[in-house]
Parts: sequence; structure tokens; C-alpha cells
Amino acid sequence: MTAHHVTAALAQSIPVLEPATPAILVTPRPHDAVKGVTLNIRGLRKAFGSNQVLRGVDLRIPPGQFVAIVGRSGCGKSTLLRLIAGLDAYDGGSLEFEQDPASASVNVRVMFQEPRLLPWARVLSNVEVGLGAARKEHDASARAKAALAEVGLTDKVAQWPGVLSGGQKQRVALARALVSNPQVLAFDEPLGALDALTRITMQQLLERVWRDQGFTAILVTHDVAEAIALADRVIVLEEGRISLDLAIDLPRPRQRGSAEIAALEGEILDKLLG
Amino acid sequence: MSLTEALPRVRSLRLPKADAFISWILPLTILIVWQTASAAGFIPERVLPAPSDVAIAGWRLLQTGELAQNIWVSFWRAVTGFAIGGTIGFSLGLANGLSRLSERVTDTTLQMVRNVPHLAMIPLVILWFGIDEAAKLFLVALGVFFPIYLNTLHGIRTVDPQLIEMGRSYGMTGGELFRRVIFPGALPSIFVGLRFALGIMWLTLIVAETIAASSGIGYMAMQAREFMLVDVVILSILIYALLGKLADSISRLLERLTLSWHPSFQKH
Ligand SMILES: Nc1ncnc2c1ncn2[C@@H]1O[C@H](COP(=O)(O)OP(=O)(O)O)[C@@H](O)[C@H]1O
Ligand SMILES: [Mg+2]
Repeated sequence: MTAHHVTAALAQSIPVLEPATPAILVTPRPHDAVKGVTLNIRGLRKAFGSNQVLRGVDLRIPPGQFVAIVGRSGCGKSTLLRLIAGLDAYDGGSLEFEQDPASASVNVRVMFQEPRLLPWARVLSNVEVGLGAARKEHDASARAKAALAEVGLTDKVAQWPGVLSGGQKQRVALARALVSNPQVLAFDEPLGALDALTRITMQQLLERVWRDQGFTAILVTHDVAEAIALADRVIVLEEGRISLDLAIDLPRPRQRGSAEIAALEGEILDKLLG
Repeated sequence: MSLTEALPRVRSLRLPKADAFISWILPLTILIVWQTASAAGFIPERVLPAPSDVAIAGWRLLQTGELAQNIWVSFWRAVTGFAIGGTIGFSLGLANGLSRLSERVTDTTLQMVRNVPHLAMIPLVILWFGIDEAAKLFLVALGVFFPIYLNTLHGIRTVDPQLIEMGRSYGMTGGELFRRVIFPGALPSIFVGLRFALGIMWLTLIVAETIAASSGIGYMAMQAREFMLVDVVILSILIYALLGKLADSISRLLERLTLSWHPSFQKH
């Protein structure tokens, strides 16, 4: 286990708690210092048995950037994301979070395609799970409610997850990830199972909470248009390495189907298919 | 019929009053036809006495206190045997579901024992315990043990690993992970085991009481057979049916209370 893993493991058991009120979750605010974490990946390698999945990934993500990762199915996008989230151990290279002060632990959260809600817990208590050790504190339910308000689900607080739609379940999962005020939020095809219309609404929601909260966002998606609509930067993963790193300098909110977006989409698809 | 099933049968438990009434129409009709046929002399009394005769026999035994006494004895045996077998089965199911070591040590042995029908143990049990209380309790406990053990183990094994990963990544460990993720996830399967076990509990008790007992409903039936009291025999069978139905209703109620989150129990 490498140094990063120790920090990442720590980060997951002891989320960073800020001396702030739950109001931070509903009102936009300047990105504060605690979110200022740079992710620095160098020569990262990971194999499953003889299957070399990541063969030296180099990637530096400055604080608060929105990065999208695209690539063919099976190219190792999920693997990379799980390493960043500290869910798996890597074989070689390095993966570090750099911040000031360096001693603080880094709070990294992941959202998957499956919402992974506890079916036997009401929506509110599912969100409270996201508070980690702080879920036993007296303000836990207030913070969870604020996070649910942030994703627009105030009226579903007392529901069972089983009665929610796919999009609503993902919003609960998002609230659970947001409630601990993470510095890095990784998404593994979070909208992959949703219908086209819900996807668009959810993309807008993701963009809004990212702008409000200022975390670093790392989004794995198979939808190139989605990547361009949301990200500051699109990365193509190919044969275990980064084969394209493209900055998307378009003003937000971005117009779907504009000529610039179409041109960028063409460029990325050429890379993916060629 | 397999002893493990992933989920409770999908069914609606929201019977409105009218539906509840509908389900009683058939038993009532059978009762009326039976009574009429007996009164008209179509069914010989030696084969099947009229429902009214069975009711009278029940009233007679109730007044002598014999009925209550025998029901109590059978009930006590069922509950005690169930508690012993269920507790051991549940504990071993938990242990083997959570610990690979515990499973390696015990599971193979348990799977071998499982292949012996527990009623085949009756001659041995009589040799060991005679027709003592211990004999009945042993058989009931043994019969109840396996469905509870297997379904608890199965339930724990099949808890969604993604949920466990989720719980861990949000800092849940040990007891909390068990309480909030593993146990609730295993509960539907545990209930399947519970209901199988209740069926086996009555079956075992009936066999054990008719073969080796000096009290209880099974014994009452066997004694009545010797004196050709068909009405008491029928009464005993009906009491078993009612007790079985009662146990099933209680387990359904428990299921409905604890699995209210489950889609098949939800009101919309
Ligand atoms: N836990 C695992 N064990 C073995 N092989 C795995 C595991 N996870 C992923 N892989 C393999 O690694 C490769 C990359 O998988 P993944 O990262 O899930 O791809 P992507 O998310 O880009 O579709 C695939 O060939 C997959 O079969
Ligand atoms: Mg994937």
C-alpha cells in the first residue's frame, strides 16, 4: 500500500468536517481553501492477473477542475476511478493529493451508475450515511436535509428508495456524496442508466452543484457529447494510457448542438474510432 | 421444494375487507356441504363425523380440560424446540456467513448431516431419550435447524457486495456494517427460512407425538383412534391445521413489519 492509499483510506473513514453551518450546501460561496486539492498521477499502473489495464497514466488535475474521461468499453476508466477513490490498490507509479496544509486528509467520494442506496433505509437516513463518522452528531439530519434540498428532493425525505425513479435515486446518491462536502467527487457513468430527458436534467444539476461547491469533478462517461457539455477538459484513455487531453474552452452554460461542440465531438470520436 | 429461495413470494398483503371475505367462502361452503351430507346420511359416521359432532367432541374435551392441556403441551414443545433449533441455526448461519474459517470448520459436516432426513432419526432418538420430552424437542430442533441455518447463510452470502463496498467507503465497520447493511440485506432470506422451519416444526411434532408421546395433540389423536373416536381424530387434525395457520400468520405479520421497505410489501 502506498502513501496515497493511507491518506485515501483515512479520508474515507474520517471525512473532512468544516466548522461551517449546513447553509453552505444551499448557498453558493467562494471556493474555500479546503477544497484546494491538486490530484497528481504519475506513471500509474494496474493489472488484473496478466491483464495490464493501466500502463502508465500521467494526469495532473488542478483544484476545482471538471475533467471528463472517455474511452472504449473495457479500456480501464472505472479502474482508474476506483484507484483515485482509494477503493483498490495500484501496482505501480504514484497517485497523490497535494494541498496546503499537506497534513489534512482528503475527502474523495464516488458515484456509480447504480445508486447503491440501502433499500431498507429511508431517503434521509441514506443521505446521513454520507456523513461518515459525523452521522451520529445532532446536526446530521439537518445537514442531510440541506443536501437533499440542494438536489431538489426535499419532498422525498421520508420515502423508501424503492418507490423513487432512476433519476431520483441518483439524486439521492448525489446528495449522499455531497453531504460530507467532498474535495474530489468522482462519477462512474452516473447517468448511464437514465433516459435521455432525465440525463439532460441531471447534467444540468451536476454542473450546478459543481459550480456551487467547487469540488474537483472527475466524470467517466461513454457519451462524448456529455463530456463536452460538462467538462473543462476531456481525456481519452486508450490502451492503458492517456492518448488525448483536450481543453474545452467554451463559455457555460453550453449550447447543445452548437458548431464548436460538434467540431470537438468529431475530433474526439475520430480519436476513439480511429 | 428447495430449502433456499432468494426472496419472499411476491404477493399482495393489502387485502381489503371484501377480499378477506372471499377467501373464506370456500371453506364455509365445504363445511355446509359436509354438514348437510352427513345429516342426510351420505357420509357414514364411522368414516367422517359431521362438523357438528366434531364441535361437540371439542366442547366435551374442553370441559374436561383435556383439550387445553394437550394444546398447551404441543404448543410448548413447538415453541421450545423451535427456539433451540432456530437459535443454533441462526447463530451458525451468521458465523459461517461472516467468517470463512467458521465455514471451513463446520459447513461440510453440516451439509452431510443435512442429507439425513431428520425423521429417520426417530428410532435412535427413542433409544436415547425414550418417550421423554427431550425426544420431541430434539427432533423439532433438528428439523427447524436446517432451513434456518441454510437461509441465514444464503441471505448473508447474497447481500449486494456493492452495498457493502458503499458502507465501507462511508466509514462503516464491524457492528455498524452488520446492523445497517448485512443483516437487513439477509432478512428476506431469513424469513423464507423461518416459514419453511415453521412447516417442518409442525410436521415433526405431529409425527413425534403420534409415535412417541404420552400427551399432546398427536397423542390425543392416537388414543382416540384406539377407542374409535373418529370425531376426536378429526378434531386433532383441525387443531394442527389451525395452529399451523396461526404460526404462518404470525410470521407473515413479522415479515410485513420488518420488510416494509421491500417492494412486495409496499403500499403505493
Ligand atoms: N476486479 C477485476 N478483476 C479482473 N479484471 C477486472 C476487474 N475490474 C476490471 N477488470 C478488467 O479490466 C479491464 C478494464 O475494466 P474497466 O476499468 O471496468 O473498463 P471501463 O470502465 O473502461 O469499461 C477490463 O478488461 C476488465 O475486464
Ligand atoms: Mg466502467
